[in-house]
Amino acid sequence: MSSDRPDRSAKRETASPNGASAHDTHETAEAINAIRLRHPWRNVFAVVLVLMLALFIIDASQREAYGWDNFGKYIFDQRISQAALNTVLLTVYSMVIAIVLGVTLAVMRLSDNPVVKAVAWLYLWVFRGTPVYVQLVFWGLFATIYATIDIGIPFTAPWMSFQTGEVIDVFWLAVIGLSLNEAAYMAEIVRAGILSVDRGQEEAATALGMSWLQTMRRVVLPQAMRIIIPPTGNEVISMLKTTSLVAAVPYSFDLYGRSRDISAVIFDPIPLLLVACAWYLLFTSLLMIGQYFLEKRFSRGVGQQVEKKNGTGAIATVTGAIQTATGAMRVDSKGSEHTK
Amino acid sequence: MTEVPMVKAEKVSKSFGSNQVLKSISLEVKRGEVLCLVGPSGSGKSTFLRCINHLEQVNAGRLTVDGVLVGYEERDGKLYELRPTVAAKQRQDIGMVFQRFNLFPHMTALENVIEAPMLVKKVSKAKAMARGRELLERVGLGHKADAYPAHLSGGQQQRVAIARALAMDPKLMLFDEPTSALDPELVGEVLEVMKDLAKSGMTMIVVTHEMGFAKEVADSLVFMDGGVVVEAGDPVEVLTNPQHKRTQAFLSKVL
Repeated sequence: MSSDRPDRSAKRETASPNGASAHDTHETAEAINAIRLRHPWRNVFAVVLVLMLALFIIDASQREAYGWDNFGKYIFDQRISQAALNTVLLTVYSMVIAIVLGVTLAVMRLSDNPVVKAVAWLYLWVFRGTPVYVQLVFWGLFATIYATIDIGIPFTAPWMSFQTGEVIDVFWLAVIGLSLNEAAYMAEIVRAGILSVDRGQEEAATALGMSWLQTMRRVVLPQAMRIIIPPTGNEVISMLKTTSLVAAVPYSFDLYGRSRDISAVIFDPIPLLLVACAWYLLFTSLLMIGQYFLEKRFSRGVGQQVEKKNGTGAIATVTGAIQTATGAMRVDSKGSEHTK
Repeated sequence: MTEVPMVKAEKVSKSFGSNQVLKSISLEVKRGEVLCLVGPSGSGKSTFLRCINHLEQVNAGRLTVDGVLVGYEERDGKLYELRPTVAAKQRQDIGMVFQRFNLFPHMTALENVIEAPMLVKKVSKAKAMARGRELLERVGLGHKADAYPAHLSGGQQQRVAIARALAMDPKLMLFDEPTSALDPELVGEVLEVMKDLAKSGMTMIVVTHEMGFAKEVADSLVFMDGGVVVEAGDPVEVLTNPQHKRTQAFLSKVL
């Protein structure tokens, strides 16, 4: 270290005259003050968009069929907020199970054992290859297919026996249906994440004497997270919306199911659809913001940008969240900038 | 005579499928000795190094570290493959430094160093931190303890990697072309750390293209080509007066 230091400083000395003169000319040169390029058609398009949007909003606010009085009446109805909670619970439970199962399947697919690999592949083939709605109908018929659940040694008298219909209620059937389907997608996401981590990382951890599990938990998965988080965030948002299909089970205490039931009673479906949409939008917006912060957390040690962002404070991060959350809004604000 | 060599290879062979990479390698490294492995790329140097750490499994011959068979267990005259947990235990005593550093990018320099002692050896965090800082100081990076690898130069990353390997208190250090991925002006700082380490009495096997380092630090030098040991002996002797044609040809290109 000490031996190559004189070399370097010597080099710097010979280079410094050139460097200094280049620096001088750079300072004396005037800042470029060119006329900015105009984008007239872009501006026109932006204005048209804004006008159309305004027109739609004004029209919608006055249109009878939207039933805004009923919207206001039911948006905070207790039945609706309870249903919203059910939807959130369906989403959370399903995603948690799906992620755990997905990680398991991903690791199975990367196994050296061909049978384990094949079983994981078979699972993916079935659950990705059939529609989730059809799967949910199947789960609804679970009690019909398997009337009793027996615990014991196969082909002998069971130790315990349950009536399926009594043990599992439709909420959990919905959760099972949603999570098993989702696990297939999560498995692919996790697998891509694990494969994205450099082989050398696993080797370095192994060379340090870490076990396979320790290597996975402390070295590979945290790095895979950076790749896994963004698509998983999308999957959570997607799951929140997919819960509206649980009517297939049939489970009807979720957000969409409940609003449909109420609208059937009051003979006014449109405002209740709007009520459901408003709640779905609220949740997806919250999820998008959460996703932004998670992504930031797991990009530690990657590039310099992260640290700069940390310095600029809370306001920047919040606007950042909104920007990533709603790409459409960003376009809109740009448009208005141009019109000014 | 009674002293057990740190590493002893007896007719070690290794193939990947039909491709035989190591052909009957025999060599010995004594305690406190520094061995440099040189040779053209693809000559099997790195594979041999990886066999010592059981990252690759030997197909034939016997390879022992400190008298203990690597990768297999001998019971009643039969060889059994090691369980992963036992193999992991063996590796704890062998430090390895890679060509591409392989630092954990999501951890700071200090976190990289304390990770394995805490996780594998169950050292308390306070103890590991103190020892980690000491080791970073030793490789001249005490001030970079909280920096992420991405914010360190190649030379600094490799020094952190050396500190990370040392944190496990190894009895043997393996270096797999530790300076090959570095910019020329950063090579010196890494070699300096390695020289210090050699002086402190660490047993080291170094795969390298740095002939100057080999001459100065190594106790013995092995020239490999095509999976066989072509020439071995005193580093100055081999480098200045190579006997074998292949050694001569290689050295004329490198020096």
